[in-house]
Amino acid sequence: MVSSTLARILPPEPEAPPAPPVLAVSSLAKTFGERAVLRDVSLVAYRGEVTALIGANGTGKSTLLRALVRLVEPDSGRVMMLGQDVRTLDRAALKAFRSRVGFVFQKHNLVGRLSVLTNVVHGVQARMSGPRSWHHALAPAAIREEAMACLAAVGLADRALQRADSLSGGQSQRVAIARMLMQRPEFVLADEPDASLDPRAGRELMELLYRLAHDKGLVMISHRMEHTLRFSDRIIGLAGGIVALALETRHAHADQLKAFFDRPAGFSHAEDESPYG
Amino acid sequence: MADLTAPMRWERPNALSFTIGVVVFAFVIWSFSSVGLSLERIVRGIPALGSMLERMFPPDIERLPRILEQLLITFQMALVGCILGLVLAFPISVLAAEGLSPHPVLKHAARALIALFRTVPDLVWALLFVIAVGLGPAAGVMAIMVDKIGFAGRFFAEAMEEADKGPQEALATIGATRTGLIFSAVVPLALPSFVATSLFSLEKAVRGSVILGLVGAGGIGVELKVAFDLFNYDTAATIILTIFALVIAVEQASNVIRRRLI
Repeated sequence: MVSSTLARILPPEPEAPPAPPVLAVSSLAKTFGERAVLRDVSLVAYRGEVTALIGANGTGKSTLLRALVRLVEPDSGRVMMLGQDVRTLDRAALKAFRSRVGFVFQKHNLVGRLSVLTNVVHGVQARMSGPRSWHHALAPAAIREEAMACLAAVGLADRALQRADSLSGGQSQRVAIARMLMQRPEFVLADEPDASLDPRAGRELMELLYRLAHDKGLVMISHRMEHTLRFSDRIIGLAGGIVALALETRHAHADQLKAFFDRPAGFSHAEDESPYG
Repeated sequence: MADLTAPMRWERPNALSFTIGVVVFAFVIWSFSSVGLSLERIVRGIPALGSMLERMFPPDIERLPRILEQLLITFQMALVGCILGLVLAFPISVLAAEGLSPHPVLKHAARALIALFRTVPDLVWALLFVIAVGLGPAAGVMAIMVDKIGFAGRFFAEAMEEADKGPQEALATIGATRTGLIFSAVVPLALPSFVATSLFSLEKAVRGSVILGLVGAGGIGVELKVAFDLFNYDTAATIILTIFALVIAVEQASNVIRRRLI
């Protein structure tokens, strides 16, 4: 082949063209009643990178994350994600799109009365429907094995048949991550996955999430500065409904982030909470 | 300075609520006089009741085999009607549940149907079905079924509406279908409530099925009516005691199941 021959002769390009962003948000806005939570938010995120969203309570981080998969319908602006113009998708297309995006919730959102394994099997509903995806006892052998592998990846294979509501907060969040893996997502969003965990469980969870989701690309919200600095490649700070801070994590300092949170009120309002924190 | 006087003990009623109060009170008084309930009549009734009780004992167990057979049919009628009603109540309750119903028109239609089934008493349904399908247990089964759709449909829908929204949101975000969401998240979460409602339906159906026989919809009720009509109070006593035993047995069994499952 000509191209491969050329590739062998010619020296590699000095600077590879940057990969297109997997997520590009432009001028996104969302108002709840009188309150403009998001006014004009634009940002990009890349595959293989972790983007941390930071900001005081009520600055719209959760609203932004939810708007990306239309759990909240934005009022205006554009979301391009995984090559799709998200806001133009109809019901069926939205369902198909959502199945490609993993979402880790602050409150793990497991079905407490069901077993850990069944909760993980539910992740397969991204690509299959019907009774075989409802319960591990009904699932085909291949799916049960895959679910067990996902549970092993989060270190909870020995808890497969335990009821989900018998787990600790950290374990529950790990099961939620296993369910997300079962989904085989191409990109991952995480809304304060470390919020309700003690420092050690929180750190372990972030290490796990980083290890499992880093390659795909991850946008996460965390209120823990040490997690933001340790587990992200880029930091985006929201304040007053816009992106007020954007920098690479390797150039960021704890003092700088602290200063961002401490800036005078009026710019970065920490007023009443948005409906989604 | 803030006013430190204690507030009034009672709020002064406005003219409208005062008028409503007076009207309601007057209606209650009038109702008491309308129904012709008087101490004198009750006292006069006691000897009649006494003589009936006297004729009831000892209960006549000669017809016991026939009575037990009819009692079994009554229970079977209740069981089948209840199962059919519960099975049909589930899809109708999904259509009626806020947030699960596929379309507002379907939601209102399902709610109207449930309300109709619930508000018309089962005895009236029995009268209608006796005309439609003829005398016998089939009419009783239909009447119980319709009554249970109304009863369970409403409680199933409420249980599903109250189920935690978090897991449902998680499944919606995974890209699950509505059916997947209902059976993976909503039904498991609402299951304890479903079980309680179903057991209560069965208890209610057993009690109700006794009465349905009075209008010819099959079961032990017919026996009871005949016994009273022929002044065979001792047979009637046997029937009442067996009914009592059946209802208690069903209630106890359902208590055991409730404790095990919930």
